[in-house]
This record gives sequence, structure tokens and C-alpha cells, in this order.
Amino acid sequence: MQIFDVFLLEAVINGILLGGILALLALGLNLIFGVIDVVWICYAELIMLGMYSVYYLHNVYHWPLALALLACVLLVAALGALLHVLVIRPVLGAEPINQLLVTGGVLFFLQAVATLAFGVEFKNVGVSLPTLQVGGMYLSFARLIAFVVALGGMVAVYLFLKRTYIGTAIRAISQDRGIMPLMGVSANRIFVLTSALGGALAGLAACLLVLQYDIHPAIGLTFGPITFLVCVLGGLGNMVGGFIAAFIFAQFISVGGYFLALEWGYVLAFLFFIGMMFWRPQGLLGGK
Amino acid sequence: MLQLANVSAGYGSFQALFEVSLEVNAGESVAVIGPNGAGKTTLLRVISKIIEMRSGTVTMEGRSLNDVAPHQVIALGIAQVPENRRLFPKLTVEENLKMGGFLPAARAHYGERLEFVYSLFPRMKERRAQRAGTLSGGEQQMCAIGRALMSGPKLLLLDEPSAGLAPVVVQSIFGLIKRICGEGYTVLIVEQNIRQVLKVVDRAYLLETGRIKTSGSSAALLASDEIRKAYLGL
Amino acid sequence: MNGARWIGLALLAAAPLAGMGDYPLHLLILCLLWAFVYTGWAIMGRLGMVSLGHGAFLGIGSYVVVMGWNHYHVSPWLGLPLALGLAALVGFVIGYPCFRFKIVGHYFALVTLALSEVVRLIIIALRDYTGGSLGVTPKTALVKATWSLGAMQFSSKLVWFYIILVVWLGGLWVWTRVDRSMARLALEAISQEEDAAASVGMNVTRLKLGVTLISALLTCLGGVLYAQYQLYVSPETVSGIGISLQMVFGAIAGGMFVRLGPTVGAVFTLLLAEGLRLTLGHDIHGLDTTLYGLMLVLFIIFMPKGILGAAIEAYEKRRRAPRVAPAA
Repeated sequence: MQIFDVFLLEAVINGILLGGILALLALGLNLIFGVIDVVWICYAELIMLGMYSVYYLHNVYHWPLALALLACVLLVAALGALLHVLVIRPVLGAEPINQLLVTGGVLFFLQAVATLAFGVEFKNVGVSLPTLQVGGMYLSFARLIAFVVALGGMVAVYLFLKRTYIGTAIRAISQDRGIMPLMGVSANRIFVLTSALGGALAGLAACLLVLQYDIHPAIGLTFGPITFLVCVLGGLGNMVGGFIAAFIFAQFISVGGYFLALEWGYVLAFLFFIGMMFWRPQGLLGGK
Repeated sequence: MLQLANVSAGYGSFQALFEVSLEVNAGESVAVIGPNGAGKTTLLRVISKIIEMRSGTVTMEGRSLNDVAPHQVIALGIAQVPENRRLFPKLTVEENLKMGGFLPAARAHYGERLEFVYSLFPRMKERRAQRAGTLSGGEQQMCAIGRALMSGPKLLLLDEPSAGLAPVVVQSIFGLIKRICGEGYTVLIVEQNIRQVLKVVDRAYLLETGRIKTSGSSAALLASDEIRKAYLGL
Repeated sequence: MNGARWIGLALLAAAPLAGMGDYPLHLLILCLLWAFVYTGWAIMGRLGMVSLGHGAFLGIGSYVVVMGWNHYHVSPWLGLPLALGLAALVGFVIGYPCFRFKIVGHYFALVTLALSEVVRLIIIALRDYTGGSLGVTPKTALVKATWSLGAMQFSSKLVWFYIILVVWLGGLWVWTRVDRSMARLALEAISQEEDAAASVGMNVTRLKLGVTLISALLTCLGGVLYAQYQLYVSPETVSGIGISLQMVFGAIAGGMFVRLGPTVGAVFTLLLAEGLRLTLGHDIHGLDTTLYGLMLVLFIIFMPKGILGAAIEAYEKRRRAPRVAPAA
């Protein structure tokens, strides 16, 4: 086998591009967990709904694509805030496991509602972007854009958290919730805002995914569990850890899928994950 | 400026304050002294509305705090430096100060107030980009006080500023507090270190097991037999 | 109380003999089977080890015996210990790092969730063997006979009823044993205060692993029986998040902390599904899961102890009320 196998390189590059999206997904989840201390098990389902919203706005109601994408981000941001207010807030004081289970219920619910409302046939936004040919490799333009936008989104979130008052408050509340009132900050407002931000990130991910993949009520299952593993691997709540873990995972999926079949790529990634759990159980950068 | 009238408060079945009344006038510096467990921290928590009182009233500049939510207290001009500093450990010094100035009304004055705090605490300026969790005890106290000042408060509450600090550091902290009082801030300090605090404030109340036992000017209290025997070991 | 339980059991055991229709009997069997599975989950769940991936064990149980029978003519009786062994191994591999390194709560739940999905993916990936998403049926041994012990296939629902009844009772017995043993006290202490318990010299990891293995094995057995009874399995019905969450919901809705709670949950979910089918017809795809999801959310928020748990609590409160003397 040649060391410089162009198809292997293609797999590696696709892995990097996939890593960008996974990192974006992980960011949203880590943000919510780091600040509010809850895991949204239904995170992928929010993305699924976002994807459907783009389809319906653009393909059924004929909104311009750009507008549909923007609406998607805003819609899922609103869903995130709603999720917090209706479902998470009532159980904030309860056992942590209840908080987990309640979002599990929402996962169930959203998948089922999507099945009822949209049916089980695969839908596609039908936006076909060119494939670039770079030195014998075929790279999807959609994937490249997704990668760039995902990175851009993460940089934007970073700047937001670092530079703005609200962003600083979001970072602060995860370090000491109790004194936030002394700063004039209502913890509840911050939680709702963070939930909206997490939702917006999910909406952004939905925009990027809908350009590449078909939509189906259960597609959340294709990237949801992977996102959780990425977050756990990076250290739950640790945004930098999640970023790094996303790229490592994506390489396993992409290269593993190159040598074996696609599903085995996921299995391989999971086995790698289990191995890491034996070695570094708190995650790469986890520390709690 | 601040008035407490017959305030009773507690935790669950445990009552910590029994009909406490006190007042702080504009420009004054007042201390609430007393032994451990007297209810001093509870007092400040009630004023900041972190816990609800059972009966009585708290008024700030004539306005009752009854319907005020905890995060709205600072907007009334009351800023607290909590016990044990409670800085945000992973935020830098400057970010902690920024959080102090979170109030929309305070943001316009961020620049000038930051300069003021740095002039009061030059060491904070040196360490502005350092994570607050890595500061020494005394530096953390300075940072915490600075953070409270960032909101431009009318009334500054200090909860046991000497707690957990070495004696040398305590002295310098109280020196700084005296300077702040000198700048015209109205200050209410809750403190166990009676000797140090009475050197800094105008007046003080003695709180024992949830009740005000006595009060008076610092000089009077320092001279009183009761205080001297029970608390100053003389 | 005990007398009432025996009578109830006797009535239950005798019920099908009184001439139930085939379909109600089928429902009863499914009820007891799922009750067994939910109980197996609850053994872990009530001690703070909430797994969102028990579908993995269910799937292992179902598919190992069916694959063994269909492809290698291995009797399910032999396939069973194989499946149990595999389930135990998987349970260990997942459980050990989590418990040894004190990974609990969120981490554990997420890892188990991923586990069930991976099992589902493996089943699909092995589509040449397993038929992939379309599912698979054990090859029938009942062409000429009405029962075949070697194939673990019985056409008589009555026979299945008694098998499942015994297994269900067995599950309740295991639940009781785990409940009563010292381990339970230790684990309750542990789930509250890990370090304190460890300092008393208890081997936390071993205890947790033990409970996990028991739970995994019971669930695996449930998978085997399900495959042999239903004579059809597919990746979605026995593995993956869907069925895993359904187990959780069933146990919680009934009452996770009470022995018969999961059973009540099984009855509840089955009646719900049937009720919906009867009133709304077969075509509404996914309405029952919509309601499951909604109800799981509502139950967690408003009735975290489940139906039976809340009922018992209310009963206890009423029983104690008159004896409480007013504070002087």
C-alpha cells in the first residue's frame, strides 16, 4: 500500500470537514451543560426540526434559501429557550438523573411528532452544490462551506463569551451561581439566554447539515449519540476538549469508514471511545 | 439611608435574627460586631435579599425592599462583598471587575470606575489579566471589594472582610477600607475582628445570638467594659 | 398482605385457563414479558445507575439466539448462555471504567445511550447475517409439530404464558434479593456519598458491577424470550435508543423504587398503546410514542416516583396522619 494514497487523504480531509460540524454540535451541548449543568439528550432532535423547517420554508413555501436558513437558526434558538422554560426549569432542583430523563422524553416526543407531522419518507432540500476536484480527490463544496461556517460560528461564540457582558456572565455563572444576584444578574435569564444560544448553534448546524443530507424523523440518531460521545471524550462541559475530541472522532469515522463499511467507522469510533474511557475516564480535558 | 426595623429571619426551623433594628446614614461607616454564629452574615443576606425575612422591614432611601428580587438589589445602590470573597476563579481580575459593573446603568461608567479601582488597588492593575483563583487571600479581598465598587454603589456591604486572612494582611485590608470610608462611601461592615473594625468605623452595633445587645460610637464601645471584657480580653 | 398476594397470584395464574381469547392472552404475555424487562432495568436504575442503553442487552439476547439458530443450527438453549456471556462482557466493559473511575450520572447515561446505538448499528452493518433493518425471523421448527423444545418454539400461547409468568416471578425474586442484600444499603450510601462509603471498606466498584451484570443478564434473557415468542425481531424493536427509552419510561411511569412498579409501568404502556390503536386505528404511525414522550416528560416533572410509587406514598401519608400529635 502506498503511503500517499490519495483516497486515504481524501478520507482524512473529509474527516477534518466532518470534524468541523461535530465540533459545532459539541459546542452547543457543552455550552448548555457547562452553564446549566443539564444534558439535552434531545439536542439532535432540535437539529432535526431545524432541518425540517428549512425544507418546509424553502421547498414548500418557497422562501428564498438564505431567509429559510436564517429563520431556522432563529426558530431553533426559540425552541431551545422554550425547552428550558417548559421542561428543564421545573426539574432544575430535582435529581440530576431526572433532568437527563426529561430530555429523553422530549427526544421521544419530538421524533414522534416529526413522524406524525412530516411522515417517514426521506426529504431533501435539493440544493446541489458542486464537487470540487483537487488533485484526484473529490471534495464536496457543501462540506467545505459547512466547515468554514462551523469554524466561523465557533469563533463568533468564543468572542461573544469573552468580550460581551452577557458572555462573561454566562462564563461566570458556571463558576459561582450563588452570587450572581449580587452582580445584578438573574440566573434564570442567563439560563434562558444560554438555552437560546445553544438552540441557535443547533439551528446553525441544521442549516449546514440540511445542505448535505436527507431529512428523516430519526436522523437525530445518526449524529446525536456521536455528539454525546465527543462531548464525554473531551470532558463534558469543556468546550475546548469537545473541539479537539470532535476532530479525533471524525477521523476514526472517516478513515475507519474508508477501510471498512460506513457503519463500522462508527463502531470503531465507539471502541476507541471505550478504550479512552479505560485510560482517561474524565475525558481528555475533563477535570470535575 | 438604610433602615432595618424589627427584622426577623432564619433558616427552616432555625431562627437567626430576632427583631433586629438598625440604621445606616449617608456617609457613615457602621459595623455590626459579634461572635461567631451571632447572625451577622444572615443580616447581610437579608439586606441583599438572598434570603427572605420572616417579619420586619428593610428600607433603602425610604424605599421598602419587600418586593425587590435578589438581582434587583444592586440597582438600588446596595453592593455586597460576600464572605470569603467569592470571586469567579477562572475569570481574570479584570473580568471579575467587569462582572461587578454588569448593571446596565454602570456600564457607561466602566472605564472611569475601572481606573478608580486600579488607583485604589494598584496591585489589581498589575494582575489584571491573572485568573482570580490564583490570587493570594489579601489580593482576592481587594479584587472583591473593587468588584463591588464597580457598580457605583451608594451603600457598600462587607461581610467579614478579615475572614481567613493573615493578621498582616488584615491590617492592610482595614487600612484600605478606612480609605474607602474616607472617600465618602457609606459602608456597613459585618465583622468578628472587633478591635480592627472599630478603628475604622464611626459606629457599631453588637449582635449576639440574633439580637442587638448594644450600640454606640466606636470610641464608646472600645471604652466600654462589656466589650473589653468579653471580646477584647482585657 | 401476604395472603392477598398469593390469592392475586393464583388468580393471575389461573386466568388463561378460564378461557381468555387468544389476543387478550397475547397482551397478557407481552405485559408480563415487558414487566420482567423493565424490572431488570429498574434493579440498576433505582440505585442511581440510570442506563439509557439497555436496548443493547435486549438486542444481544434476541439476535444471538436467532442468528445461532438460523445460521448455525444452534439451539436457543445453547444460544442463551452465549448471549448471556456476551451481555455480561459488554456490561463489564462499559461498567468497569465508569464505576472504577467514578463516572456516574450524565457520563454513564450518555455512554450507555451510545452503546445501544452502536449495537443497533452493528446489527444493521451485519445485514448479510441479520437482514439489516428489515429484521429477521427464527426459522420455524413447527411445521409438523406444535412445539419443539430444542428450538424453544411453542405454538401454544398457554405454554408461553406459564413460561413468562415464571420468569416474571423470577425477576421479582431477583429484585427482592438485590434489594435486601447488604449491597443495597451500601449502594444507597454510595449513591449519596461515594467517598464515605468507600472509606468504610466497601468495594464500590465490585458492588456496582455486580448489580449491572445482574441487570444486563435479566434484560438479555428478556430479549431471548421476546425473540422466541414474537418470532420476529428488528434492530429498532430490540435495540437502539427507542426501546431503551421505552424501558426507562415504563419503569419510571410505574414507579422505579417499588418492586411492582415496573410491572405497573408495563401494564400502563401496553394499555396505552392498545387503547390508542383501538380508538385511533392502526394508521397513526407514532402517536403512541408521541404520548410516551410527552408523558415521560410530565411524569418526571410531576410524578417522579411513578404511578405506584405516588400511590404508595399517598397511602402511607394517609395512614400516618391521624397518629401525628400536633406540635405543642
